[in-house]
Amino acid sequence: MSAVVEKAVQPVQGKTVTFRSRFENLKKQVWKNKISYLFVAPFGIIFFVFTIIPVVVSMGLSFTYFNILETPKFIGWQNYTRLFLSDDVFLKSVKNTFLLAAITGPIGYLASLMFAWFINELPPKIRALMVLIFYAPSISGNVYMIWQVMFSSDAYGYINSTLIKLGIATEPILWLQDPKYIMPVIMIVVLWMSLGTGFLSFVAGLQSIDRVQYEAGVVDGIKNRWQELWYITLPNMKPMLMFGAVMSITSSFAISDVTIALAGMPSVDYAAHTVVNHLIDYGTIRFEMGYASAIATVLFLTMIFCNKVVQNLLRKVGR
Amino acid sequence: MRHRKLNTKRLNRSLGGDIFSIAVLVLFGSFMVLPMIYAISNAFKPLDELFMFPPRFFVRNPTMDNFRDLFLLMAQSWVPFSRYIFNTLFITAAGTAGHVVVASMAAYALEKHRFPGSKLFFSIVVTSLMFSSVVTAIPNYLVMARLNWLDTYLSLIIPAFGYPLGLFLMKQFMETVPDSLLESARMDGASEFRTFWTIAMPCVKPAWLTLVIFSFQTLWGNTGSTFIYSEELKTLPYALNQILLGGFARAGVGAAVVLLMMIVPVTLFMVTQSSIIQTMAKSGIKDD
Repeated sequence: MSAVVEKAVQPVQGKTVTFRSRFENLKKQVWKNKISYLFVAPFGIIFFVFTIIPVVVSMGLSFTYFNILETPKFIGWQNYTRLFLSDDVFLKSVKNTFLLAAITGPIGYLASLMFAWFINELPPKIRALMVLIFYAPSISGNVYMIWQVMFSSDAYGYINSTLIKLGIATEPILWLQDPKYIMPVIMIVVLWMSLGTGFLSFVAGLQSIDRVQYEAGVVDGIKNRWQELWYITLPNMKPMLMFGAVMSITSSFAISDVTIALAGMPSVDYAAHTVVNHLIDYGTIRFEMGYASAIATVLFLTMIFCNKVVQNLLRKVGR
Repeated sequence: MRHRKLNTKRLNRSLGGDIFSIAVLVLFGSFMVLPMIYAISNAFKPLDELFMFPPRFFVRNPTMDNFRDLFLLMAQSWVPFSRYIFNTLFITAAGTAGHVVVASMAAYALEKHRFPGSKLFFSIVVTSLMFSSVVTAIPNYLVMARLNWLDTYLSLIIPAFGYPLGLFLMKQFMETVPDSLLESARMDGASEFRTFWTIAMPCVKPAWLTLVIFSFQTLWGNTGSTFIYSEELKTLPYALNQILLGGFARAGVGAAVVLLMMIVPVTLFMVTQSSIIQTMAKSGIKDD
């Protein structure tokens, strides 16, 4: 009997010994590389405090009732069951967010790639100008407010007055109040601003491909620019495609400023309410921090999940 | 000679395809640029033109009235307007400088040193590019409250040091610094910090210009309204947004504000474009 026990203990002891020696080894390694750790430390600490801790805290708070004044009270999965089973506005915001992300994400991404590819053929001076024109809307602060003037609901709005003049519409269309039109208008504005960091990455990636490969491609029987794109250009740009996808997915799930500026908060009949709008509503207006954290956690997991799925898809490019 | 000829020849390009791609660029280029031109033209419109029916796209009698009104409005504000400008300049300068130094140091070690945990740390940073900062807004507020940084410049400056995108781009660009260059500096007895600062940093100038521009763009648009309450600590975008909220009565001034907010980042990008493109050529996420 005792022999059996000893036998069972033996390997465990062996494990602790190797674990301890491993730990000692690691400690030595860390000490040897202390300069490297000192270099990383300032960024690491700030990144940890303002990015990692908040994600963890948010997940923790999502299981509590917390209104900032009282200490958080643990309530299990209640916030989540409330979100998915009884919060109709949240479900609507999820629908809107997925609609926005599913349409503006891929279109914006493909448009970035296509424009970057077309621009790449131009002479350098014109290329620089075109890059500026396409990239500018995404960095111009709140210039998207101009769309509010253009889509203004009265006859003074540029688009309404043009439509009336052309005889297409007989009376001004309530672009930003009519639930039928709000989402398409927002999608247009989001797409207008969607040529951002990913687009720059594509422009740069295209320029850095070695011309020799294209020449070799001609020898190997590539006949037109589409074959060249699929067999040479895209496989060479795979890392940029990954980067662009991350940028585009992350930003298309986080749309909120544009909907607030154009459609208001809350928008008519919650027609343009996104998940981030819902998060802002509970986090900064109603101060239901636990509930807002649950929304943030759902959003966080969705973003990571979509990114991983798309990265797996992109691995197949050029194969 | 023959080699040269081959280099300048455009391979696999048909005339039809060229016409198609240029037509697409012109069409969508106008879609991109027209609202911007409209914004610029609006800023110079006198009030009667702003409310003209039917509305006109281009300004007919350009005037500086809107800018004059903006400055008059600024002069009347409760907190001197120069204070908002100072706040934004200070936060942007301090945040950007700190970000470039802190992110470059980390990037240098991650790219040029081998040490336990470096791969893991970098993959966490890359993962953090995959979610937006709105996700962390609420706990961030709690962290600021804990640190007693609410209503101070620190709450806007310090987090800017840790933007993951900057570290990511810098680390990728550090690949271009030849190891032999660093090795020879170390052989000459330079400390690791000195090697980083005097050898590596000058080599990655395009990258830190890029970090400057990106962090500038983020900070420039930062209204700071969640962390800052005191009027005299508020930023320029905040003050300008307040003017924008003035509605019809301030339509002219509002148009001037929109132009001001857009002109600064666009001009900066124009000047630094080639450095940024050079950096972005290394921006890919490698699959290993």
